[in-house]
Amino acid sequence: MIGVRLYLAQRLSAMIMAPLILVHLVVMIYAIQDGIDAQEILSRTRGSVWWAAMYGLLAAAVSVHAAIGLRSIVHEYLKITALPLNILTWAIGLFLMGMGANAVVAVTL
Amino acid sequence: MPKNEDCLDVSIWRGDSSGGKLNRYEVPREESQTILDVVYYVQRHLDPQLSYRYACRVGMCGSCAMMVNGKPRWTCRTHVNSVLNGNKVTIEPLRNLPVIKDLACDMTDFFDKWCKAKGFFEPTKTREDEIEPISPESPKRKIAAAAIECINCAVCYAACDVVERNPAYLGPAALNRAWTLVNDERDGGQTARLRAVGGDAGCHNCHSQQGCMTYCPNDLNPTLSIAGLKRATVVAALKGEI
Repeated sequence: MIGVRLYLAQRLSAMIMAPLILVHLVVMIYAIQDGIDAQEILSRTRGSVWWAAMYGLLAAAVSVHAAIGLRSIVHEYLKITALPLNILTWAIGLFLMGMGANAVVAVTL
Repeated sequence: MPKNEDCLDVSIWRGDSSGGKLNRYEVPREESQTILDVVYYVQRHLDPQLSYRYACRVGMCGSCAMMVNGKPRWTCRTHVNSVLNGNKVTIEPLRNLPVIKDLACDMTDFFDKWCKAKGFFEPTKTREDEIEPISPESPKRKIAAAAIECINCAVCYAACDVVERNPAYLGPAALNRAWTLVNDERDGGQTARLRAVGGDAGCHNCHSQQGCMTYCPNDLNPTLSIAGLKRATVVAALKGEI
């Protein structure tokens, strides 16, 4: 139940995720060299348009990517098809997007 | 059951679409014996009601594929010595296809999917036109040639876990055939074909597990063909053609 558009969306979201996750990991490892301090990290991320844009984009890409991946698994193992499968795919994507948006707002606003 | 060391302990699945079970037979060992020879012996000498399918016996027609010790194989070219487990061999109907009776499967879905994948040539010329020369050295012809020797045996279809999980999936054989036509410069049905193989049951459902390539008796690589279709459909989608 994966057509060319969903395939393309999953590949494009992976292409967005890959560099952003690298930036996330590198910055995280660099930032905790002197120990983890939530206040110090939040002081850098809060009010930053760039961090909000980066993590907002990452959360959106993860939501698209994971929803399509889970769609395949759900279809093959639970035999859900057609409209119920589409509804489930959207529900997973929107749920992940909501969780991601909540986290992004929490660390950047 | 068999006590004679010169005999094979053969288990053959007997039944129909409502179910069945393995029956055991004692079959004399022969030199250069194939699995099809074993099935033939059982039907001729031990169990005349055994149903199975074969035609050419030389690996060309693609009729005689069965599961042998759990793996899909063309039985006419599979030597007993290469698959024996001790002196035991288990022969069952092909996986992922409905059984008609015993070892004979219903191939309707398999061939219908060739049509759904537009796995047939769409001519662009009439018999009045000159034959279009295609160089054997042209890159597209070389790609088509690498995938063209499919004998429709359904071994790849039986080996595919995606077909098992997603019965609508077109499967490696139909998609491999479509790929040869995508690379046929004389063909005029490309947009419809790419739309068909890029649909919900098409090439993008392949997980590249490569069971088709592992078991193809003609050493074809349908996974590679499917990867080519994925690229071709993505390009066509980005251009707005499908």
